[in-house]
Amino acid sequence: MAAVAWTHALRLSSRSFASSAARWQAVPAEKPVLQKEFKIYRWNPDEPDKKPMLQSYTIDLNQTGPMVLDALIKVKNEIDPTLTFRRSCREGICGSCAMNINGQNTLACLCRIDRDASKDVKIYPLPHMYIVKDLVPDLTLFYKQYKSIKPYLQNDNPPAQGEFLQSPEERKKLDGLYECILCACCSTSCPSYWWNQDEYLGPATLMQAYRWIADSRDSYGVERKEVLQNEMSLYRCHTIFNCARTCPKGLNPAEAIAKIKLELAAE
Amino acid sequence: MMSVRVGIPQTLKRAALSSKHARNIALQSALVRRGIHTESLPPSASQEILNQQRLKRPSSPHFTIYQPQLTWLSSIANRATGGALSALLYGFSLAYLFAPGTFDSTHIVELIAGLPEYVKYAGKFILAAPFAFHSLNGLRHLAWDMGKVLTLKSAYRAGYAVLGATAVSTIALVLM
Repeated sequence: MAAVAWTHALRLSSRSFASSAARWQAVPAEKPVLQKEFKIYRWNPDEPDKKPMLQSYTIDLNQTGPMVLDALIKVKNEIDPTLTFRRSCREGICGSCAMNINGQNTLACLCRIDRDASKDVKIYPLPHMYIVKDLVPDLTLFYKQYKSIKPYLQNDNPPAQGEFLQSPEERKKLDGLYECILCACCSTSCPSYWWNQDEYLGPATLMQAYRWIADSRDSYGVERKEVLQNEMSLYRCHTIFNCARTCPKGLNPAEAIAKIKLELAAE
Repeated sequence: MMSVRVGIPQTLKRAALSSKHARNIALQSALVRRGIHTESLPPSASQEILNQQRLKRPSSPHFTIYQPQLTWLSSIANRATGGALSALLYGFSLAYLFAPGTFDSTHIVELIAGLPEYVKYAGKFILAAPFAFHSLNGLRHLAWDMGKVLTLKSAYRAGYAVLGATAVSTIALVLM
């Protein structure tokens, strides 16, 4: 008898801790299963002689978040923990999850999954890059190129006191340039960069080169332009516009490069 | 009895009762039997391992998987038509230089006059389409080099305008 009273008390107390008072009143409608196929590029450095291949995974979209990155994480968590990709912020600010989704470079975290289950999603790593594993490309060269343009303020005559001042108009020139997150989507979408990435700097790096050329506080514009004044570094850009088309942040490297070309021609 | 049920190896069970040293040995032998091997390497060896990996890294697929877009397809078309038109011009000029008797206007007019109608129209189309596209797309490139039409939207609009104008002028040239 005492035991029955005790379990009753327990049930009451557990009820009082339940998060939702309406839990036993409304039964959530069961979502239908919506299976969608994801074909993902795989290559494993532990078996280097096995050719890269597309591996197929099918997941229920109604049990997945809305973005392609959610699908990748679901596959990794629930189906295949060996699937390897970079990701961090899941909100398009870190640039880690840049990859080629359905033929276009973008950030997986900003790319919605098409709800049409009859079509599959093809996911490749960034094009024409050496692959470390699966969807992880080797970005060593890309970062070295960025470093080579000295992406920092250079000025031998800093103001005697206080900070560098800039008019609103001068500041406005940097809009659309400084927002770049260096995800490498644009550079790896550029056919010129595919064929000449050993010498051509590529759209991402060149747009940052222009970001410092255009900055009124920087006094090394001449030197910055001088290092671009050769056949390969800048002039392999043929204004293809793949970079501007693919940029997940909506920036326009093609325009920045064209402006460098104009400034070089005007000298 | 209990330990057997949860699957702890006999060696570990014995180790639990013996000294710390014996326990370590038991642990080691248990790990070896599970197939875990670690190898101690100096930090300086990492570069060599990385280089070995780099040698075998594949290059990811590029134009075979990239989405067909007006941007890069019109660029390729511009290059291909430019190359073909140059090859034709240089080829014909050199041919005329080496054999002026065979490649003069009179002979060419005679040759073409003898061809059936459909071959004439097809030939005109093959010459007119690349010429029209390359000339008009050249204007687009000139605009870009002057710092104009540089937004993505206007670049696309200019691209479609070039395609439309190419179609119209190709038809005009073929009917000429």
